Amino acid sequence: MIQQIDYFVIAAPLVLAVVAGLVLLLDAFLPAGTRARAGGLGLVSLAGVVVALGFVVAQAVQGDRSRATFCVPQALGGATAGSSGAAGAQGLCSFVVDQFALIFAGLVLVAAVVVVLLSMSELAGGGIPVGEWYFLLLCTLVGAVSLPSSRDLIMLVVALELVSLPVFALTALKRYDGRSSEAAVKLFLVSVVSTAVMLFGVSLLYGVSGTVFLSRLASVFSGQTAAPGAAGDYLLQAGHGLPGVVTVGVVLVAAGFAFKIAAVPFHSWAADVYQGAPVPVAALLSVISKAAGFAGLILVLLTALYGQAATWTPVVAVVAALTMTVGNLLAMRQRSAVRLLAWSSVAQSGYILAPLAVAGGASFGSEAVGTSLAYLVIYAAMNLGAFAVVMLVSRTAARNELDDYRGLAFHRPAAAIALAFCLICLAGLPPGLAGLFAKVVVFREIVEGGAGWLAVVMAVNTVIGLYYYVVWTARLFTPAVAESGVAEPVTAGVAAGGSGSPGGAGRAGGAVALAGTGGSRMLTAVWVAVGIALVAAVLFSIAPQLVLGVTSFSPAG
Amino acid sequence: MTGWLLVALLAVPLLGALLLVALPGVLRPWLKLYGLLVSGIALALAVVTAVAFDHGQAARPQLGLDLEWIPGLGLHFHLGVDGISLPLVVLTALLTFLCFGYLGLGDARGPGQLLWPKAGGNRPRAMVFTLLVLEVGMIGTFLALDLLLFFVFFEIVLIPMYFLIAVWGGAGRRAASIKFILYTLLGSVVMLLGLLLVWARTGTLDIVALSQAHGAGIPRAVQILAFVAIGIGLAVKTPMWPLHTWLPDAHTEAPTVGSVLLAGVLLKMGTYGFARIAIPVLPEGAAAVAPWLGAFAVVGIVYGALACLAQRDLKRMIAYSSVGHMGFVLLGFATLTPAGVNGALFANIAHGLITGLLFFLAGAIKERYGTADMSRLGGGMLATLPHLGAVLTFAAIASLGVPGLAGFWGEMLSLFGAFQPADGLPRGLFLTFMVVGGLGAVLTAAYFLVMLSRVTHGVPARAVAVPAGPAPSGPVGSASPVPLAPAGPLAADQSVPLGSPGALVADQPAPLGSSGSLAADQPAALESTGAGELPDEQPVAVVAPATDPLNGTPGAARRRAVPRDIQGYEFAAWVPLIVLILLFGLWPKLLLSLTTPAVQSLLGALS
Repeated sequence: MIQQIDYFVIAAPLVLAVVAGLVLLLDAFLPAGTRARAGGLGLVSLAGVVVALGFVVAQAVQGDRSRATFCVPQALGGATAGSSGAAGAQGLCSFVVDQFALIFAGLVLVAAVVVVLLSMSELAGGGIPVGEWYFLLLCTLVGAVSLPSSRDLIMLVVALELVSLPVFALTALKRYDGRSSEAAVKLFLVSVVSTAVMLFGVSLLYGVSGTVFLSRLASVFSGQTAAPGAAGDYLLQAGHGLPGVVTVGVVLVAAGFAFKIAAVPFHSWAADVYQGAPVPVAALLSVISKAAGFAGLILVLLTALYGQAATWTPVVAVVAALTMTVGNLLAMRQRSAVRLLAWSSVAQSGYILAPLAVAGGASFGSEAVGTSLAYLVIYAAMNLGAFAVVMLVSRTAARNELDDYRGLAFHRPAAAIALAFCLICLAGLPPGLAGLFAKVVVFREIVEGGAGWLAVVMAVNTVIGLYYYVVWTARLFTPAVAESGVAEPVTAGVAAGGSGSPGGAGRAGGAVALAGTGGSRMLTAVWVAVGIALVAAVLFSIAPQLVLGVTSFSPAG
Repeated sequence: MTGWLLVALLAVPLLGALLLVALPGVLRPWLKLYGLLVSGIALALAVVTAVAFDHGQAARPQLGLDLEWIPGLGLHFHLGVDGISLPLVVLTALLTFLCFGYLGLGDARGPGQLLWPKAGGNRPRAMVFTLLVLEVGMIGTFLALDLLLFFVFFEIVLIPMYFLIAVWGGAGRRAASIKFILYTLLGSVVMLLGLLLVWARTGTLDIVALSQAHGAGIPRAVQILAFVAIGIGLAVKTPMWPLHTWLPDAHTEAPTVGSVLLAGVLLKMGTYGFARIAIPVLPEGAAAVAPWLGAFAVVGIVYGALACLAQRDLKRMIAYSSVGHMGFVLLGFATLTPAGVNGALFANIAHGLITGLLFFLAGAIKERYGTADMSRLGGGMLATLPHLGAVLTFAAIASLGVPGLAGFWGEMLSLFGAFQPADGLPRGLFLTFMVVGGLGAVLTAAYFLVMLSRVTHGVPARAVAVPAGPAPSGPVGSASPVPLAPAGPLAADQSVPLGSPGALVADQPAPLGSSGSLAADQPAALESTGAGELPDEQPVAVVAPATDPLNGTPGAARRRAVPRDIQGYEFAAWVPLIVLILLFGLWPKLLLSLTTPAVQSLLGALS
């Protein structure tokens, strides 16, 4: 059999993979002058991401029709005669680009632009091998872009590993940094365990259903097709009569993805890893890796296991409630900016999960998925904005504690306003309307779905979240502590007469000095990143319809 | 199409605020005039709105504008005014304008005064910006006719208010501001849930349509649930008795204009929500919950009055008096009768005017004496500062509800409504409410009279004390007269050993002494520059202004020792309020003719 591959369909991951190889080659052959090489490789990576994004846009413009490749012809599919239309006319395909996949790919690639821009600034500091960095980054992106298009379990696992594996290395690339190595080991262990757990679950599901294709899984688990693996060859009835092994399989697979999105009880790695990793990697983990995890989770739960919704919706509801609560409570106690963002992103995962908890209702959960997706897109913009400003501050304050943000509004008003807006958005308060509307959409979905208690939990959590976001925001606008302290109060007071405070002036001076070593172009890169995220957040605030309109669809046919 | 008027009402302060960000350098020298100008235009537009308003059809939302904003959520940008919202819109524009007048025209150098851009301290540009954004939120709340839009504006108000307290507040501002924002946010989120419940049941966010439906299509149980959820959110803001605890702290720490707007407008947003959303949209829920609402309201009246009797701090006392007055407003709503609701709406406006004035006065007193503690103020204000004392007496008497002044009609109508509540409500219970509420009114009179006897009457202790030493005047005008080692137990806790840079304890006025220049400045210094810093950095904040060239100079020491009486700018800010209090007191029909038709249509399902 000759398989026809539609290269246009796989263009985006293909471009990224080719550019990844190119980066590695260029790294080997370019002269060793680090400055030029770092910038050059960064621009090449950026170009690769933009081209991939271009392909995604082109696919989106082509129309609503979903395109598929890597298909098994119907004749060879081994489908029993009763196979319903769920598999579609094209037979069983491993790689499908539909609206769902396009949204995720677009989200990942736009986020990737921001991450690459942040990387340029991070790498300008030196001490990190540039070629490897971009190579690994692009590899992660290949995985993240192909994951939402995957339509069989093997492809899903491979794509997910492609997202995860390079991230360990990225985390550890800051060599001779103890914290960084610790983070990498932690991430590695957690991720490997989660992969093992998930593979076990996948094998159980395969054993019961005799197929790895999601569409076939769906028809088996909704009771339309006989389950070859189940004893007695009977039809699995939705909701009851389910062999225990299926439940175990569902839970194990869900647990594997829960690790990726740092849902409770698999959350504990988040803070240490985010803090230990370089800031761009933390941003990548919190947005791209998380988006990939959600894509996988949605595909498995809603496409393959929709028929078993009664089994997993209560689990998802409890996990969502726990995730938002634990994330928020832990975030309240943090003093480090990145740790705070880590826990807050755990909490936000809870909000994204919440609509899936009511996905068992009518219309095949498409509304729930749309809601989750809308929240995810808006969250990505807000969170990347916050990380970009954190990156900016981390260049002058190595420890990156919340106290380093005190008085930011006076010596770097633009950065402070950008950060304040992103935090207010994350908190979900006007004028950060993007966050508010995202939360309203989720609330509506939950309330309409009948999970009132979850709405109440989320309401309480929203308030807890407000506390730390607002306190951080307020810190931006309180004048910096005079670093000379009480010892020279008079001079401090006089100096404060000039502008800001001596602390602020000192930091500003430090900023200039550091910028000098890294090159102002690299700072420009961060500013562009801040700008992209901020424009997105503002746009979503004024016209959330942009997101809501795109994400209202039915997933996977 | 007349919709532009309401849009302009929102756009003017908003553009004003944005312009301030866009052109900081150009506007810096003109800040005082700028704030006055922008809020003046907004006030003029509000007056134009009041004129353009068809008073014959006050029940109907007019000058409307309805644009689709977010089709995915069914959210419309829907504005309009009717008889309920029009007075509040004008009140908001007026109070904001007066606040700008107070800040801009004055030469006082208290916190946030626009004249004195002090190092690391006042940040006048940020102040103007904050107030303008606050105005957008407040006016927007009263104009919005879409549930979610209402919520958005309702929330927008919180952030500038938070910064107003947290940046320009008193010594305990940090805790107060955080308490304020967390409390109100918690309430808001619960309210949002209630609004979403209504939305999920009816499928529309349009307040007009929902009010006309009078709760049709929403089962009784859901109505009760939604009313409780929305009611909690509104009750926190109002504030209703057990949910009021954020209010005294916020008021005590807020700067004068913050207190004025908080009491004058922000609290009204809560009660307005009852009139605009909770009662008309969920009539059955309102009927079911009304006895509870009434009970909490009455407890609030009595509790507020008793708490006032126990207060020593003037601002705190006025804050608690707000709890009591808002109790009357809520009691009026709880009766669900036209008389009661009319009374509630009237009391709403009256409270905005009177308490706004009272907070202006409290701010002026605190600025002059460096404290608002009544026992330290020492009495005899009518002798030392006759004008200020007279206005204070007037405002207190208006607030306790003397017939002929604005405070009377609202309370009277509320109690009258409780005498004959709406049909479904237990009359005996409401009669009890009426009696207890009446008792509360007596207590209200009691604490205001006690306050007056302590502050305005009596022998001015200070008259003896002040000439004794060359009291240097602090940055707050001539704020210095601090009691010279006051007799009695108070002396013990006030005395700060001189010479120790007593700044550390500076929230208590330091006693005057031989070299009192530095020490006597401190209460005032704290007032004026403590603003920027957080409490734990106080030592720096307080000592710094001592080097300010304006304070330490001998010239300052030779200024008048007696606090100034009312200044021109204060008169300018207060006279409109006094006039309106008299006007509405003598001619209540002016307001009632606006609200009555609206109230009748609002209660359509019940009566």
